Amino acid sequence: MGLQSRHLLGLEGVSKDDIHLILDNAVSFKEILKRPIPKVPTLRGKTVLNLFYEASTRTRISFELAEKRLSADTVNFSKTGSSVAKGETLKDTIRNIEAMNIDMVVVRHAAAGVPLFLTKCVDAAIINAGDGMHEHPTQALLDMMTLREKYGKLGGLKVAILGDVAHSRVARSNIFGLLTMGAEVMVCGPKTLMPYGIDEMGVEVSYSVDAALEWADVINILRIQLERQGKGLFPSIREYHTEFGVTKKRLEKMDKVITIMHPGPINRGVELDSDIADSENSVILKQVTNGVAVRMAVLYLLSGNEGGEESS
Amino acid sequence: MKTLRKSDLVCLRNGEVVDLIHSRRQKADIVIRGEKIDSIGTINESEFRGEIIDISNCIIVAGLVDMHVHLREPGREDEETVESGCAAAMAGGFTGVAAMPNTDPPCDNQEIVNFLFDRARSQLVDVYPVAAITKERAGKEITEMGELAKAGVVAFSDDGASVADSGVMRRALEYASMYETVIIDHSEELALAAGGHMNEGVMSTRLGVAGIPTTAEDVMVARNIGLLRFSGGFLHIAHISSDKSVEMVRRAKDEHLSISCEVTPHHLMFSDEDLIQYDTNLKMNPPLRPPAIIERLKAGLADGTIDVIASDHAPHSIEEKDVEFDAAPFGITGLETMVGVIITEIVNSGILSLEEALYKMSIAPRKLLRLDVPEIKEGKRANLSVIEPSKTWTVDAGRQKSLSRNTPYDGMELTGGIRAVINRGKLWQAL
Repeated sequence: MGLQSRHLLGLEGVSKDDIHLILDNAVSFKEILKRPIPKVPTLRGKTVLNLFYEASTRTRISFELAEKRLSADTVNFSKTGSSVAKGETLKDTIRNIEAMNIDMVVVRHAAAGVPLFLTKCVDAAIINAGDGMHEHPTQALLDMMTLREKYGKLGGLKVAILGDVAHSRVARSNIFGLLTMGAEVMVCGPKTLMPYGIDEMGVEVSYSVDAALEWADVINILRIQLERQGKGLFPSIREYHTEFGVTKKRLEKMDKVITIMHPGPINRGVELDSDIADSENSVILKQVTNGVAVRMAVLYLLSGNEGGEESS
Repeated sequence: MKTLRKSDLVCLRNGEVVDLIHSRRQKADIVIRGEKIDSIGTINESEFRGEIIDISNCIIVAGLVDMHVHLREPGREDEETVESGCAAAMAGGFTGVAAMPNTDPPCDNQEIVNFLFDRARSQLVDVYPVAAITKERAGKEITEMGELAKAGVVAFSDDGASVADSGVMRRALEYASMYETVIIDHSEELALAAGGHMNEGVMSTRLGVAGIPTTAEDVMVARNIGLLRFSGGFLHIAHISSDKSVEMVRRAKDEHLSISCEVTPHHLMFSDEDLIQYDTNLKMNPPLRPPAIIERLKAGLADGTIDVIASDHAPHSIEEKDVEFDAAPFGITGLETMVGVIITEIVNSGILSLEEALYKMSIAPRKLLRLDVPEIKEGKRANLSVIEPSKTWTVDAGRQKSLSRNTPYDGMELTGGIRAVINRGKLWQAL
């Protein structure tokens, strides 16, 4: 059984069965990662292009590692800034690269919709590694894998997403995925960082971090982009920390354990205090480990190599 | 396109003359001699010594005008020229177009006005230049409006942007009113809209695209009405797209202010929900709005608040549009699809009668721009559009006359076709 789509553009519209399938495969791949030689020949002979138009450290490394663990050949293309400004259009770039026989493309771009645009330009399978403020599906999948691992299920779980929801592709993918899986989702942050009409997407909205913590089993804390302050979206980093920072003091008021997540990189002391980030209730580093496994699962399931030798 | 000599006779046979002002219909054969209407009645085919064009199923109306067109010349002749834009206008049923001044260089002086008239000299289509409100469209100093009006411009507009400075806008309304000339404002508060690519709403949130809120339009329309109330003048709101702005115009009309507005076919045909595929041919400014707002725009058309239907024909090269959504420029072509879209979407759904809809594309823009309204009478100059309201056809972007192909209607079936246009002693007919 394979996925319904030949691309992974986002989690909006992806079925519960498909998400389970990816997560189940990811669990198998995670076992492989624990072996002395954590490598399988599943994607031998396949070539994967990592096309990164936006700076990325962990996502790119995570994908690259996943590809290498699966024995794929990988090529990297990194370019920051607008393709238009550099003279060659995105379409030309991708068609030129595809002419070198690429099977799959992992793409990150500052503009929403670019992965979909690429599906119309080339035949390769496209995996979205983050498109503007739109989606970052593998991040949400690894978040869900981490939660399923911890709680055994996603249905009924209360997940609060805290921070700059308006500009966050991680938030959107998590909302789409978690709602599909039957979890409850709350978004919390300053009103100026909430996207218009978010309440119509089936989520709770709160402007009080204490209320969100009161409500939640899990809090997924988004990175606050420091440059947003310059755009007047919130008054100061100091006020952000006092109003919306997840601190030890805030958590100690709760008579329950709350699981702490963060997609990274963390601004320690801004959205999240160090001692919380490193506490026993934090699953932040598990998220990173699961990221490789989830990306292996996605690459495998979209490779067309069904019934391969991956999970003996 | 065929030029009729003074002695040439052409008969439009078996059509129906529709007087859009009085909503009167009359089956008749119209005989045209040279530039003029020779007779209206019934011809004897065996005795007629001229070309007979059978226009059964067609109506003949006063030549249509599209009062919001970007001809791109001078500056972007790869996208459109006066000649190609006029060809597109003819194919779309228009005998006149108002040419927006955001060219390169912009139409902010008489030289460019004269250049445009010169370029359009041999055309069937009348090109009516709109001059900029401010020099270089920079929003600082008003243009030489008196001389420009005398040179023949029909309106002033910094289309593409609002006049951000309220003081400048006030003076522009005051100054232009001395020449009875309308100010057309692209009403958009940039502080709210800049950086956006589509309507700000649930769809932009889902798609992760930066939004342009309706309030960016509303704030500027409110300001403009405030200025108009204080200092008088003639104000026309271009491509109105917000229900709240329509309501403000409705109330301003109740106050008897000299205000008018236009809507484009695409703001009636498409909604922001159609952007699900990030189609850059649905990227325009103002952006496509949600379905509930479209219903209010249609209500504004039906009750007369919206005076004019105009295309905002905005040609862009394939290279510019075939890119990621954020990088694509705003705008689509519209001259060749406007009549079909309006008949399909507005007339056939009962929102306006055919006469009312065509009035908003002919008589209404002519009155606003202080142009003569062509009469369909013996001895008058023939300025006519011949339309086949029941004709069904499929849009083929590749066969359009415009030099650009950025149309979201490609492949769409429309009802309402163009049979012919006649103006300035020239005849164009569809094959």
